[in-house]
Amino acid sequence: MALAVLCGSCARANGNDTELRVWAFGSEGEALAPIAREFERANPGIRVRVQAIPWTAAHEKLLTAYVGGALPDVAQLGNTWIPEFAALNALEPLDAYVARDTLLVPRSDYFPGVLATNVVDSVLYGVPWYVDTRVMFYRTDLLSKAGITSPPTTWAAWRDAMAKVKKVQPPGSYPALLPVNEWAQPVIFGMQAGAQLLSDHGTHGAFRDPKFRRGFEFYVSLFRDSLAPALANTQISNVFQEFAAGRTAMYITGPWNVGEFKKRLPVSLQNAWMTAPLPGPDSIGVSTAGGSSIVIMRGSAKKSAAWKFVTYMSDPMRQAKFYETTGDLPARRSAWETPKLANDPYLAAFRVQLGRVAPTPAVPEIELIVQLVAQAAERAVRGRQTIDEALESLDAEVDAVLEKRRWMLERGKSRPLVALGATP
Amino acid sequence: MDAGAGEEQAPRCARGDTLNTRRIAPGWWFVAPALTLITVFFLGPVIAAVGLSFTDFDLYALADPSAARWVGFRNYTRVLHEPLFWQALRNTLYFALVGGPLTVAASLGAALLVNARGLRWKGTARAVFFAPFVTTLVAVAIVWRYLYHPKYGLLNWMLGHVGIHQIDWLGDPRWAMPAIILMATWKNFGYNMLICIAGLQNIPRELHEAAALDGASPFQRFRHITIPMLAPTLFFVVVVTMIGYLQLFTEPYVMTAGGPLRATTSLVLYMYEEGFRWWRLGVAAAIAFLLFILIVAFTIIQRRISPKAAV
Repeated sequence: MALAVLCGSCARANGNDTELRVWAFGSEGEALAPIAREFERANPGIRVRVQAIPWTAAHEKLLTAYVGGALPDVAQLGNTWIPEFAALNALEPLDAYVARDTLLVPRSDYFPGVLATNVVDSVLYGVPWYVDTRVMFYRTDLLSKAGITSPPTTWAAWRDAMAKVKKVQPPGSYPALLPVNEWAQPVIFGMQAGAQLLSDHGTHGAFRDPKFRRGFEFYVSLFRDSLAPALANTQISNVFQEFAAGRTAMYITGPWNVGEFKKRLPVSLQNAWMTAPLPGPDSIGVSTAGGSSIVIMRGSAKKSAAWKFVTYMSDPMRQAKFYETTGDLPARRSAWETPKLANDPYLAAFRVQLGRVAPTPAVPEIELIVQLVAQAAERAVRGRQTIDEALESLDAEVDAVLEKRRWMLERGKSRPLVALGATP
Repeated sequence: MDAGAGEEQAPRCARGDTLNTRRIAPGWWFVAPALTLITVFFLGPVIAAVGLSFTDFDLYALADPSAARWVGFRNYTRVLHEPLFWQALRNTLYFALVGGPLTVAASLGAALLVNARGLRWKGTARAVFFAPFVTTLVAVAIVWRYLYHPKYGLLNWMLGHVGIHQIDWLGDPRWAMPAIILMATWKNFGYNMLICIAGLQNIPRELHEAAALDGASPFQRFRHITIPMLAPTLFFVVVVTMIGYLQLFTEPYVMTAGGPLRATTSLVLYMYEEGFRWWRLGVAAAIAFLLFILIVAFTIIQRRISPKAAV
């Protein structure tokens, strides 16, 4: 504490200023600095020191800082990391703060599926900052050439559309692109069919469950029926070229590609693509609830200043402005009412989809588990295992990963997961 | 020996070697600072890591050390049953067995070139060859990524002129490791070159002159004078390069992140991922000891197959 005050004074402020240390990652880290300056002007007496850390080093840096007791006061946290840092007891529970400031941070204004990713064992640990989900990017001209007037909303209609589009594509093309090393697609289809992924309070894999199997089978069938190529995203050198040449007509990907598509597709094609929510088994299906949250560290000595900064960044107007500088989609629904977001035709699908997102189970091991799902899916897609074999070995692998968690629960060091599968 | 002191000590101490121990003491004092540092910063961590490799120390144990359990050899058996371990081992051996000899050959070639009589600008040539070694790898990686770019990379542009088209150097699993080897060779040969130059300069000129007088050709002189005289240097260079190359990490870490399709995941990168991505420190420590055994085995084999004079 004394040291922080000392450093606050050397940063040419007067000695009584509170200095907040804030960590943010990648381009968000760079875009945060000007916002921090505005915050300082609005809150004399608080100085904010923003440290931008590359995404690739973020997770490791946070954990080593935790071990060394050098965590900042406020940090951006990818929302799949929240269970992990909650298990480490590194995060400040925010329920009381939010209850006190319902006007500044109203729970109801957040997309429920995204807010749920910030809850571990019914305790809120983060405030969603920006959100991220997967939708379908498709070639409108190819779909209408194939006689499809509106994007499909069900699996059956989607499969039918793919078969028709394949006929109007250049020979040897595939209508859909679902890179086999990405975990999001097999996980999404499973969750669309209603799967919980894990069972018994997140202590066992539940991938042999008929619901997950249904989604998994649908995913694998797209490859077996030559509707999607069995390629990893590292094998596709330029997805924009493939899309422009019509060798791919439907691509499941995230919001960052809206800007990329605008920039990289030839001008002649700029009116020939659109986004659509993901088809589901019977109607529009769920998608991933990604994004980043803002958290306060439990060890921080300046929590009230930290909370002030969190509420400042949660302002809907500021979030809308943040979208303009970074392209990150705001976590608050009221921010979506601003003209820039409300009138962008490409964002409409994201807005619909964000109302239908499902969080992955809130267990610290989730990042490793979803990687295992991707590997099992790849084995099935490449025909190395049958669907049942792949799911059986996946369950065995996930059970082995969760062995420690079961032991911890038995030991009573961690309470059972109440928030598991809390879908909107 | 100080006889007077010995006589004084003798009645109190039953054994006479007390004095000898005292006489050795100054030596110990001189090495003590180094020994202390080695014990605290090397031996201690190594012993702790051995212990760690027999536990399941992980994220939960980070929060509460009592959550770490003794698991015996389970980490080792688990790693040995992991296909990724074997792939990382294959990748590492590929890198070391192809890249190692290539680097040594390049260093020797450069040393002979720079050491050649009649060459001008020797100092400049040496500096230029040595420059890559002292350049930060991250900066090097950025430049090489441009060189390797499939569309507008210099390498593909040059290959295009001889009719070879579009190699996706870092994106194709078959080409990623050769690309890493090429870059590592370029980056590292300068250091070995300096050692080789020192070795070459230690060869008495008279030997070459005598052989030349007897009518030996330049190649014969290289084969029968330079190589045998340089053998100890070469042995050192090979061992050091191999030890370094078996610990391949930074090149794939900054260039490919272990991809594509794990084709450039080395043992150390795999260990790093286990330890600092999934935070399974017990498993990571086990991998570290398997790598240690591998390096020791390699060094012993190199000693065995090297000519006696070299060792």
